[in-house]
Amino acid sequence: MFIYKYLTILGRYIMLMRRTFARPERMRMFFKQYVKEMAQLGVNSIGIVLLISFFIGAVICIQMKLNIQSPWMPRWVSGYTTREILLLEFSSSIMCLILAGKVGSNIASELGTMRVTQQIDALDIMGVNSASYLILPKILGMLTIMPFLVIFSSATGILGAYATSYIGQVLPPDDLTAGIQHNFVPWFLWMSIIKSQFFAFIISSVPAFCGYTVEGGSVNVGKASTDAVVSSSVLILFSDVFLTQLLS
Amino acid sequence: MIEVKNLFKSFEDKDVLKDISTVFEDGKTNLIIGQSGSGKTVLMKNLVGLLEPTKGQVLYDGRDFVQMSKREKVMMRREMGMIFQSAALFDSLSVLENVMFPLDMFSSMTLRERQRRAMDCLDRVNLHGAEEKFPGEISGGMQKRVAIARAIALNPKYLFCDEPNSGLDPKTSLVIDELLQGITREFNMTTIINTHDMNSVMGIGENIIFIYEGRKEWQGVSADIMGSTNERLTDFIFASDLLKDMRKMVIDNGLHIKKS
Repeated sequence: MFIYKYLTILGRYIMLMRRTFARPERMRMFFKQYVKEMAQLGVNSIGIVLLISFFIGAVICIQMKLNIQSPWMPRWVSGYTTREILLLEFSSSIMCLILAGKVGSNIASELGTMRVTQQIDALDIMGVNSASYLILPKILGMLTIMPFLVIFSSATGILGAYATSYIGQVLPPDDLTAGIQHNFVPWFLWMSIIKSQFFAFIISSVPAFCGYTVEGGSVNVGKASTDAVVSSSVLILFSDVFLTQLLS
Repeated sequence: MIEVKNLFKSFEDKDVLKDISTVFEDGKTNLIIGQSGSGKTVLMKNLVGLLEPTKGQVLYDGRDFVQMSKREKVMMRREMGMIFQSAALFDSLSVLENVMFPLDMFSSMTLRERQRRAMDCLDRVNLHGAEEKFPGEISGGMQKRVAIARAIALNPKYLFCDEPNSGLDPKTSLVIDELLQGITREFNMTTIINTHDMNSVMGIGENIIFIYEGRKEWQGVSADIMGSTNERLTDFIFASDLLKDMRKMVIDNGLHIKKS
């Protein structure tokens, strides 16, 4: 029964995605929506991404200095580990987990409200492919904007680390710079961006499914919003394990 | 013309529509009336294709909507306009953008032409001056009028209205009724209205279908209601004691209802 239920949900999700990835009826309308979604979901998230990245970058640097650094290790080790953590996990996976909360609940509640107020029915009656019109721009918008968010996050995290160095005097800036530059592997940046693309798809399509398929009233919209955040977070964590293994 | 033939609709083991057969005529305001839960909305959803019948046919000018291909259904839907109970306006779009939406999606008009057409539709529903407002900033009656303007923007052949008067005061309801009847005559549309509103029934009902527990109980015109011997219909229409007394008085004195 449990498996049957989840297979049914998976089947409905796949069918919705099939409808979503249909050719838009009007490219002009699609691009209008696409730009709007990039601004709403991506550009409007830059603030929170920069804020969190800056402080987490600073905290990682302090923790590394206090707990990893020892006389037996080179002085650049704090900077090195800070960079690796930011690049490999924080800016892709953890940032996407945070965005799953912000963007996921936004998408699920928007589509859920449109469903219960019959706005989606109105689109269907007009002969518009409502799934493609509403969901496709969100998915493509997130996929487009996500690499920029990852790069901004990594850069701001490193700025946060420098802040602990210059303002907090936690470690000398030269040591931090040496660590950040030490044995840099450009593939790690690409790995982070590739991972974020998978996560961007999850945090836009799963909440869209939860919102689009809402039945009932406002209580169900709230429930769909919560389900969207929980489901996309769990899926991000699972896929992170596989992607890390696959790409490393 | 829309013809419904032996339509059944069930949800799991519950039969909501049972063997409905009727005709909705062109250029007339066709009303579907009945108690809450009688199956009116389900019937309308079957007509517009939001639900698929368990059995039976929905014929649009002789073509079975259920049997149409996906592409044919999309084309057919472009000939339909629908006004929902909640108006279902797009929150993120202004009044003008809402009315322009079907034109943006399906017409090959220039921006200027689309704007002009949308403004004409807004003028038709007496909503000049509200184009820049958002749905949340206007009253329920105005929202319904915007929904009507949006529904007629593409000159549809069929207009469906799901309880267009719900939540409106009697005076505004009258305005909406007159608007719907006027538009139906002006564009020779097949208009189908789901309603509870007895003023609408007596005022604009040119072809009335009474649904009782999922079955078609009665069909006729508003003038026939007063003298109808169908108890279920008269109990529904003249629900209060006051209305029952008035009906008795009208029948006893051989009076006729005069429509203005």
